[in-house]
Amino acid sequence: MRGLPPYAGKLETTWYYGFRIFCALIFIFLVAPILVILPLSFNSLPYFTYPIEGFSWRWYYDFFNMCPTDQVVADFTAQFESGTISDNPCPKTSTNRWLNSVNNSIIVAVCSSIVACTLGTVAALGLSRGKFPGKSLVQAILISPMIVPLVITAVGLFFFYSSIDPGLRNFLEITGINSVTQFLFGGDIGVTNNLIGLIIAHATLGVPFVVITVTATLVSFDHNLVRASLSLGASQVRTFFSVTMPLVMPGIVSGGLFAFITSFDEVILVLFLAAPEDRTLPRQMFSGIREQLSPTIAAAATLLVILAIALMTSLELLRRRNERLRGMSPG
Amino acid sequence: MSTPTVDNESEIVTADGIPLRISIKRAERKRKIRAFGLIFPLFLFVLLFFVFPIVKLGLVSIDNSIVPDILVHSVVAIEEWDGNGLPPESVYAAMAKDLVEGKKNRTIGKVAKRLNFEKSGYRQLLISSARKSKRLNAPFKDALIQANKKWGEPAYWQILARENSPITFSYFFAALDLGINADGSIYMQPEEQSIYIEIFARTLVISAQVTIACLLLGFPIAYLMANLPARTSNLLIILVLLPFWISLLVRTTAWIVLLQDQGLINQTLQLIGVIDEPLGLIRNRIGVVVAMTHILLPFMTLPLFSVMKGINPSLMRAASSMGANPVQAFFQVYLPLTVAGIGAGGLLVFILSVGYYITPALVGGPQDIMASQLIDVQMNKQLNWNMASAIGVILLGITMVLFAIYNRLVGIDRMKLG
Repeated sequence: MRGLPPYAGKLETTWYYGFRIFCALIFIFLVAPILVILPLSFNSLPYFTYPIEGFSWRWYYDFFNMCPTDQVVADFTAQFESGTISDNPCPKTSTNRWLNSVNNSIIVAVCSSIVACTLGTVAALGLSRGKFPGKSLVQAILISPMIVPLVITAVGLFFFYSSIDPGLRNFLEITGINSVTQFLFGGDIGVTNNLIGLIIAHATLGVPFVVITVTATLVSFDHNLVRASLSLGASQVRTFFSVTMPLVMPGIVSGGLFAFITSFDEVILVLFLAAPEDRTLPRQMFSGIREQLSPTIAAAATLLVILAIALMTSLELLRRRNERLRGMSPG
Repeated sequence: MSTPTVDNESEIVTADGIPLRISIKRAERKRKIRAFGLIFPLFLFVLLFFVFPIVKLGLVSIDNSIVPDILVHSVVAIEEWDGNGLPPESVYAAMAKDLVEGKKNRTIGKVAKRLNFEKSGYRQLLISSARKSKRLNAPFKDALIQANKKWGEPAYWQILARENSPITFSYFFAALDLGINADGSIYMQPEEQSIYIEIFARTLVISAQVTIACLLLGFPIAYLMANLPARTSNLLIILVLLPFWISLLVRTTAWIVLLQDQGLINQTLQLIGVIDEPLGLIRNRIGVVVAMTHILLPFMTLPLFSVMKGINPSLMRAASSMGANPVQAFFQVYLPLTVAGIGAGGLLVFILSVGYYITPALVGGPQDIMASQLIDVQMNKQLNWNMASAIGVILLGITMVLFAIYNRLVGIDRMKLG
């Protein structure tokens, strides 16, 4: 595929262009559906179909539960009166469902990826230190949360949480931890119907990503650097933080980003484990799609696409920086 | 192992006088312990919050404690019955006692529901008899049969005799569409009553369809990317990875926008006059396969790409110089070299699609229900947690077999991301 040679026959030329057109169609298949949803978020009518009647920010106002400026309200009212739009011009709901769900999503995704990164990095260091009996089994168990169907994990955790929760609450009550957490968070700590249960569950899902990416970084890691550091008198902990960690950082960050997006995008565990007030953004979208397709979903989707592109760009920049540092690519 | 014997004097000794061999062994052991010490916290975490819950799911799938817990006396008494004719008076007396207690503790409803799963009619039998239980007098055999004729049918007692232990496999039999005869023999449910096997088979068929679709679309673009200059192929990889990073719900919603009756595809086709009526593209198999292929395509393309990048292009040139035409060269030289990538990508796509839930739930119709949705229905609609668990264990078994094959063929330590 290094360009078409000048002596190419008719058949070869047809094949060459035909193949490229076919591939272009596949790339359109990959990307176009994502682009299709974006304009719908600016539809002035509450429909989820094309053609778009007029441009409006109203679904974003709905999403952020903001009261628009006076000018926007006046515009909406004018549109409403002229019959261009048919319902409430400034939909301000008392319960802040969308923003609340974004809030929950961020808390859960950030906390669970921190847990997954910490435990996953340390474990990857252990895994890279050579063979020990049962290593492949341990590895398989650490990777399995990625493979096991989420519904199974969700149902299992549901049973597990509801069986340990009474005991756990009792324990916290007796030991007095409960009063401390009540003081700190203003609520009881347990694992059912609680963000903490969700954070733990999402952390197990993020673990395989961190283990895989950090292990991959450690493959090219020069262990002589650690030995050098230790021989120069640095402690184990100091060596880890000033020698090992900066070098495996790209692996940790990209694993962390994978863990973050996995948690941020996850619905099934939330469906089974979270209380109604602990809805996350994907959960809110899921019920939105099931109940009524309002363009607010398209607004949420647009924001998620922007987030995904931001995360991807940072990962790509990280990869390039890493390659430059290792001198693997000219630039 | 006949190593030449080395006498202790000539053995190499470290500074502190320990033979080098032992010293190395010690260091080695220390290293192993340290390695395990580093893995241990995560291992414990995954064990506690991932493996235990799944074990718990397995326990729920065989849990039958409700029957011996509530029908305390009957399950013991019925042990003495030989299974022929009707049980002796002692069993009836025990049942009468259990009914009185079950009524008093308000627990009879639970066991009634449990046994009704085995044989319909049991719920009505237990609940109506419990209501009359206070007025039952010895001899209990006649009294119970008078209260409800069904106590005179051996079939109901045979069920109790079979299900009197705290463990049962009847949920697994039900999930595999198997029935148990009175004499304990197992039979297949007739075609019109078997639902679960059909759904498991359908799950595998949909997964296979998605895997094939991913292969057909992933192979050409992986080939293109592997043979383009690095700068262009890096750009295309970003295009392949983009859907991977975008929320599953966004992508599923996008397919709803495209495929629905007033969707973009139907509107366009109607506009250019190809069709008069909208084509049914959503709430059926087409929608499910298309949307799932879109979501899982990166998992196929990336392993294929990394394998194809390693194929030496001169091999194809060698094939043509030896007189193979392009088709022959492709099938006899190139394709066999990509088998590892096809295996890795195909298995990964297949494993992931077997457990799919969100996409079939949102774009599929009632004819496309997959195994994961079945678990949700049993869990949240039928409220039969044991049955949900049994289906879960079967689905887990299928996934684990596939994962073991993947581990054999590809190796989990070679799994890469991005």
